[in-house]
Amino acid sequence: MAPAEAAPLSERASRARQVGEVLLAVDNITLRFGGVAALTNISFDIRQGEIRAIIGPNGAGKSSMLNVINGFYHPQEGRITYQGKTRARMRPHEAAKRGIGRTFQNIALFKGMTTLDNIMTGRVLKMHAGFLAQVVYLGRAKQEELAHRAAVERIIDFLEIQAIRNQPVGKLPYGLQKRVELGRALATEPTLLLLDEPMAGMNLEEKEDMCRFILDANEEFGTTIALIEHDMGVVMDISDRVVVLDYGRKLADGSPDVVRGDPAVIDAYLGVSHD
Amino acid sequence: MLYRETGVFHSSYAADQAIFKLPQDRYAIAFWLVVAAVVLPLTVSNYVLTDLLTPFLIMAIAALGLNVLTGYCGQLSLGTGAFMALGGYMTYKLVTALPSASALIGSLTGVELALPDPVILGIRPFDLWFLAILIGAGLITAVVGLVFGLPSLKIKGLYLAVTTLAAQFFLVWLFIKVPWFTNYSPAGIAPAPPRTLLGLQVTGAASPPVNRYLFVLALTCLAALAVKNVTRCKVGRSWMAIRDMDIAAEMIGISPTRAKLSAFAFSSFLIGLAGALWAFVKINSVQTDAYGILVSFQVLFMVIIGGLGTVLGSFLGAAFVILTPILLNIGLTALNPGLQALGLPAFEVAMIKHIEFMIFGALIIFFLIVEPHGLARLWQIAKQKLRTWPFPY
Amino acid sequence: MELFATYVLGPLGEMADNPAGVVETVIGGLGNGFLYALVAIGFVIIFKSSGVFNFAQGAMVFFAALNFAGLLELGLPWYLAGPLALGAMFLFAVLVERVALRPLVGQSQLTLFMATIGISFLLQGFGEAIWGGNPHLLKVGLPEDSLFAIDYAWGQALGLDIIIQQSDLLAIATGLVMVGGLFLFFQFSRVGRALRAVADDHAAAMSVGIPLQHMWIAVWALSGLAAFVAATIWGTKIQIEPTMINLALKALPVLILGGLTSIPGAVIGGCIIGISELLFETYWGQPLFGGATTEWFAYLLTVPVLLIRPQGLFGERLIERV
Repeated sequence: MAPAEAAPLSERASRARQVGEVLLAVDNITLRFGGVAALTNISFDIRQGEIRAIIGPNGAGKSSMLNVINGFYHPQEGRITYQGKTRARMRPHEAAKRGIGRTFQNIALFKGMTTLDNIMTGRVLKMHAGFLAQVVYLGRAKQEELAHRAAVERIIDFLEIQAIRNQPVGKLPYGLQKRVELGRALATEPTLLLLDEPMAGMNLEEKEDMCRFILDANEEFGTTIALIEHDMGVVMDISDRVVVLDYGRKLADGSPDVVRGDPAVIDAYLGVSHD
Repeated sequence: MLYRETGVFHSSYAADQAIFKLPQDRYAIAFWLVVAAVVLPLTVSNYVLTDLLTPFLIMAIAALGLNVLTGYCGQLSLGTGAFMALGGYMTYKLVTALPSASALIGSLTGVELALPDPVILGIRPFDLWFLAILIGAGLITAVVGLVFGLPSLKIKGLYLAVTTLAAQFFLVWLFIKVPWFTNYSPAGIAPAPPRTLLGLQVTGAASPPVNRYLFVLALTCLAALAVKNVTRCKVGRSWMAIRDMDIAAEMIGISPTRAKLSAFAFSSFLIGLAGALWAFVKINSVQTDAYGILVSFQVLFMVIIGGLGTVLGSFLGAAFVILTPILLNIGLTALNPGLQALGLPAFEVAMIKHIEFMIFGALIIFFLIVEPHGLARLWQIAKQKLRTWPFPY
Repeated sequence: MELFATYVLGPLGEMADNPAGVVETVIGGLGNGFLYALVAIGFVIIFKSSGVFNFAQGAMVFFAALNFAGLLELGLPWYLAGPLALGAMFLFAVLVERVALRPLVGQSQLTLFMATIGISFLLQGFGEAIWGGNPHLLKVGLPEDSLFAIDYAWGQALGLDIIIQQSDLLAIATGLVMVGGLFLFFQFSRVGRALRAVADDHAAAMSVGIPLQHMWIAVWALSGLAAFVAATIWGTKIQIEPTMINLALKALPVLILGGLTSIPGAVIGGCIIGISELLFETYWGQPLFGGATTEWFAYLLTVPVLLIRPQGLFGERLIERV
């Protein structure tokens, strides 16, 4: 087993220093499907090195927000500035090229492939051998395969999934599939990692493991993370700042403590009687 | 315990990523290669070489090609027959327009000059010209396949399958209607001209079955190796990622355009090669009858029965689809004397054909029910049994 | 410019010179289109309620036609041969459910599609093994003569001096009756309502007590009925032989155009393809391209349509979610 040095939560105060410039800013994003507005006028930013949580009740537009960030949906209004560049429409694979990684709410692994191949797929953008070299499996193609295999093995060690390396992922239990999916996203060495409910449907132990991996990825690789999560305990513990959405609008934005005390957020989660 | 990974330790990623990781596998493949290349040509009859083994190997290449597209990249195609036809006709055009390397240079420069025919290490490189022709025809097929693959960027699944039927019917119609493709031969049938390779005649009516067989065997092995290599590299993983979950694939940086089009091109290359071999090595002529929609289905069956997304499956599927009708034919014909003795009507040729259709249809359903992952999966299961034998738990 | 004159102005001029010919071609195309639509309707019935893309529909038409024609050749009158052939289709539906569909429950759409290709081969081989592989005629006394519009009052009133094939009119009428009948069936009958429920959600339909397996049999029997009707009408136009299955393949582009789940869509798709391919063949294919363009025109037509609307003309647009 790899030495998984989970940072004790007490050390988290020191992390504040790592948080730097604004990495991604969304300005006045509005996204509509036909007449239905999924997102209305949303603005917030994500800073270099932070863990940014997006929370909100079901149907608040959280997943749509991530889909807008990595180019799967194209908003009708608003701007997205990533690494200082304001972009027009962008295809998801271009977003990936610029360092935006992603996991999915409903696991989106390549079910016919093994764990190893799934994570190797995450290295696609870093491999440049030509087609013919791959046909003969010589020279650059072979060197690349071996070099990236080594990189992938480090991720496999990091996530402690050595034992399932050669198993087809379709048959793995849910918690492990989530972990493989995180591994695949990490293999792209993302600058910004978007996690869509990484802990949904997990038991306490699995959640603790997953938290540890997220924090480690954030600290060891310096990956900026934006995550959607329903478990408030997790959100409050691991995130630096939280943005709250409800019905496609932004309710609140700030540190976990600020958000927790915000009356609008309490209303949205607990309901309120307006009398 | 007869077949096991235990005790075989790989100390490098290179060893772990080898095609045949286990010594047993390496011995087995070496054994089969020797049998195929040496033992069989020396022992079996010309009938077996010409009517069983050669077609089996050619169709295995076609099955490998379709497996790249359908098995690995998940794009269903019913146009295989047409791309085989394209390979055949392009080879014919190239081989008649450019009978030799000097003819090519002559047509490019306008100067007819006799090239030297050097001998390097006992090989006359210019005697590999036919190989170059085949590759050229394959490349043309690849480009056309790529064009017909363009709709796959927007159209998915069964919708795409219907658009591939456009390729099937349109190309075959084109070859019938445009006499240029057969060099204006009156019956629309272009006879395959004799060609040599390394001094051995491999095409044309007079070429010996052994030459043809060995030629096809070599190409089949190369095709299988190429597919195996590609599918364990980046491109292959991109294909499989697109097949399994195209949206997720795109979000980790795989360009669906490149993945799908490369699959169409590579697949068409192999299918075109198979079509060329079918015309030049198997039936000695290029004609559209050999490339109808039925051929498209046959190759699809090979891939499904053999196993989608496996190299081994392409071979098992091709063997099954090519050999079953022949064995069925032999078996039913053998019953005839017995039937006549009993005063029953004998099986006629047409009836055997009908029964073949029925049995084929039934077998497809049977296989889909019993083992949807194909014959290759049965081999996996057998290996698993061998691992644990004699103690199943 | 010369190309433009040959390939655009020429055929268009031809059409302008002889409008009656265009009308004749359109009616003929409409007749063909309804023949395709009759096969396509069988596809839709199965696809809509079970999600199975039934490749065997063409073979079912062939099989029904062979049975019908074979029984007639044995000397049975049509009122016995017809119901017997129809009965064979019902038997076939039961067998398909028992032997193929039930063991394949829960398999992917692709697997089921492959299985129906298997069924297609099985049916073709079986039918030919029984009735022989040579072409058969299926003549049950349906009208198939030519009809001169000018002989009738309505033709004179419209000033139409054209020849219409009665078989085309028959195909159109039968198609319309089929669509109407199926609409009433799905809308108002108990089984029809159950089928619509199944189409919406298998599990939910089962949970309210709809027996799924009976529904599959009903669905396949219904499309067997559609195949039987199609076979009878086709018999007025063509010989019964295996090439019929390839002709029936044209129901695929018809479906794709119309959207896989819409019965009216199948008819409209059939009309579009029937008319356009016959117009193309008459005014472009025959004079300019050596003919036989109907072999591929329908398939090629689907490509640009799908590129603009990947879900077909009448299919529902899907929003991709992750």
